[in-house]
Amino acid sequence: MSEITAKAFVDITDVVCPVTFVKAKIALEDLDDGEILEIRMNEGEPLQNVPRSLKEEGHRVLKVLNNNDGTYTIYVKKTGLE
Amino acid sequence: MGEVDYKALKKGGFMRQVQPDLFSMRLRVVGGQLRAGQVKKIAEIAEKYGAGYIHLTSRQGVEIPFVKLNEIEEIKQELAKAGLAPGACGPRVRTVTACQGNRICPSGLIDTTALAEKIDERYFGQEQHHKFKVGITGCHNNCLKAEENDLGIKGALKPAWNEENCNFCGLCEAICPSKSIKVDQESNKLSFDESACTYCGRCVKSCPGDAWSGAGGYILLFGGTFGNRILVGKNVIPVVFEENQVFKLIDRTLDFFREYGKQGERFGYCLERVGMEKLQDALGEAWR
Repeated sequence: MSEITAKAFVDITDVVCPVTFVKAKIALEDLDDGEILEIRMNEGEPLQNVPRSLKEEGHRVLKVLNNNDGTYTIYVKKTGLE
Repeated sequence: MGEVDYKALKKGGFMRQVQPDLFSMRLRVVGGQLRAGQVKKIAEIAEKYGAGYIHLTSRQGVEIPFVKLNEIEEIKQELAKAGLAPGACGPRVRTVTACQGNRICPSGLIDTTALAEKIDERYFGQEQHHKFKVGITGCHNNCLKAEENDLGIKGALKPAWNEENCNFCGLCEAICPSKSIKVDQESNKLSFDESACTYCGRCVKSCPGDAWSGAGGYILLFGGTFGNRILVGKNVIPVVFEENQVFKLIDRTLDFFREYGKQGERFGYCLERVGMEKLQDALGEAWR
């Protein structure tokens, strides 16, 4: 897999649903289409819901890494809907 | 006032109150859904014939308390104008409950509303040895608590992997609760152990590239009850993927309970007594 370079990083391990997705969404809003956001989130509910919600909004998850500390890091490519 | 046939009243969804000659009138609600016009009619009836309020039952029903015995027929006629009817009490198939399913909920795997309507149409009010509750939940989040019903139905999804759409991001492995998916991100390989899969559909729902797809299915859970002694409905047959199989299985389940159940015995206790294997035999090939 080619290297993924994130433009920005957001940590959503300090919030709970539904703020997890909101925080990720706000971070994405600062990016241009095609740019990549790195998101660190807790395993369990955030991992179940946030990537799915990002998909529903049209963004593309490129890679998911297990940090082996109860958190995951995902890389998401912003895809504008407008 | 003449002799009151309480049994007939109960059959028709009228719960005798502690106050003499007053009843809490239960309505037939399917899958927890009412039209706006129906809600208005219910409000109107509660104000005119009841005590100006309604009670929402534990199974998505509506009751209008403080209804007078001699006004019941009039109320029934009023209800009928809005396409409403009394519900069921007593030893028979009860209100079919359902979550909002995949018409509304992003997690939903099946159309619970449509299935609830079909099941209600086929089985509502059928006589049994005891009350018989059917509840439908759209996915493994189980908001509708399928296992607390005599017959619970839980949405499922059988995943299929399409390699050409996969970018091996690893999300499905990370979210799979049964750990039946392994992704090798270095060498772009994926393995799927279907024998461990619980058909929760999370891989399909989350996959960013639509590399996972799948058809909706039904997990049936038998013999649950959350009354005096609690039993959790059990899944004793494989997931079925055709809606007509569900109806066949319900037909056979109700026949089985009629044949083996005792008067006043809940389905779950009947299964405890005669053995789950007997039910599995009776369901026979219906799930294949």
